[in-house]
Amino acid sequence: MASSHALASGMGGMRTAGDLVARMQMTRGMRLPQAKQYVAEKLGCSVEDLSDTIAMHDIRRDLGLGRIQVQDLSYADWPGAMEAKFHIAEVLDLPLNSVERFKDHAGLTAGAAVL
Amino acid sequence: MARRIPTRLGDGSLAEMTAAEIEADLYAGSEAAVGRAKVAPLTEDEIDHLLDIFTSPAKFSAVDYGDEVVLSFDGSGNSDIGAPILEQVVYQNHHGADMIELWHHDYSYKAVRTVLSFQTRMLKDTQQQTVVPLNYGAMPDLGRYSQPDGPAPNWSELLTQGRIQEARDAQLEAVEHLERDMWCVAEAMVAAGVDGLDFDTAGAAGDADLLATVRVARKVRDTWPYIGVEIGQAAELVLGMHGELEYEGTRLAGQWPLGQLKVCEAAGATIFGPAVKLNTTKSLAWNTARACTLIKPVTAEARIPVHVNAGMGVGGIPMTPYPPVDATSRASRALVDICKIDGL
Repeated sequence: MASSHALASGMGGMRTAGDLVARMQMTRGMRLPQAKQYVAEKLGCSVEDLSDTIAMHDIRRDLGLGRIQVQDLSYADWPGAMEAKFHIAEVLDLPLNSVERFKDHAGLTAGAAVL
Repeated sequence: MARRIPTRLGDGSLAEMTAAEIEADLYAGSEAAVGRAKVAPLTEDEIDHLLDIFTSPAKFSAVDYGDEVVLSFDGSGNSDIGAPILEQVVYQNHHGADMIELWHHDYSYKAVRTVLSFQTRMLKDTQQQTVVPLNYGAMPDLGRYSQPDGPAPNWSELLTQGRIQEARDAQLEAVEHLERDMWCVAEAMVAAGVDGLDFDTAGAAGDADLLATVRVARKVRDTWPYIGVEIGQAAELVLGMHGELEYEGTRLAGQWPLGQLKVCEAAGATIFGPAVKLNTTKSLAWNTARACTLIKPVTAEARIPVHVNAGMGVGGIPMTPYPPVDATSRASRALVDICKIDGL
């Protein structure tokens, strides 16, 4: 059922920009058109690009937003999961709780960010 | 003789219907919602579009380019691998999940509180391995606080004895326990790095269940404005097990999806998940038309994203553990095309 929904109507998650649009919905309560527009502006691409795996493959690479690991495209010197979320927070201008807690626990800030 | 088209009933079983029979069911399903919830019926154009979807011989149906929506996947992972963190990675990498959700097998805040340290550790580890936003989810599940499983008198028994005030008092006692457990889990999960909280199947035990949920949602959003709160409903109608409870002046009992949305918005929720249950003996066309009719007014007025519950037995998806692809894809597309939803 999960795959059926993903193919029938889903944005595509990390294959595209679905996770980025989702972040604007879940943390800012943005409706879909507004969330898509916000993310497209931050990424410097069109709204149509957001659901295009080919376009987003390059955009995510260039901005270090994380990509799904596949055998021929996975390099250790590219951002991993936590590192990618640091970039996502910066690009979307959106504090991510996991990133702030990571900084806090790693002693990278004087104190936890006020979220 | 009219061509008979393969389709399904609400229990998932195959059925063959003519186009005229499917069209009649689409109108009947919409009218069933109109009669109960006092909402507008689907238009002729909308019925025609649903008819196209349900009379297509194709095994699969999908939205148009550009109309894709966000999939929040409450309860992501199937427990089949036996490794909850890995299952989140699978949903992210292989199911195209836009959001994922960590959860415990005993999907209830009361149960989670007893294993909270293990769950927060697991959540922190999941955040180290995933990129997509991560919810923690469970049911408010107020009924667990009634005797013999919980501390409060059993209001279902009291109601059948006509002891109305005692039943109401028992529910309010349970609400206090539930709010305390939900808040305890919320604090721990935020400290562990969660992106959002999912209060799933809110209102399953009626209006008191929903009251506790929206109160905690308000407290979470006031305390941590960047932590998401998704409130998924249990059903299309809030049962009045108490009957007199209000949130910010709105009586909770008897609320249909649009009323539920308003309450959740007032509580500061960032995503609202309406749930419309299935009639297993009716066709999927009937059930999908009914669901669309109830949800369309919600998306028309919503100020926050609407992620419709579309899983086994709700939102036009057959009541079976393995919903068929043909049925799931049709319901998925119909909800997007007709209701202009923000996600599923």
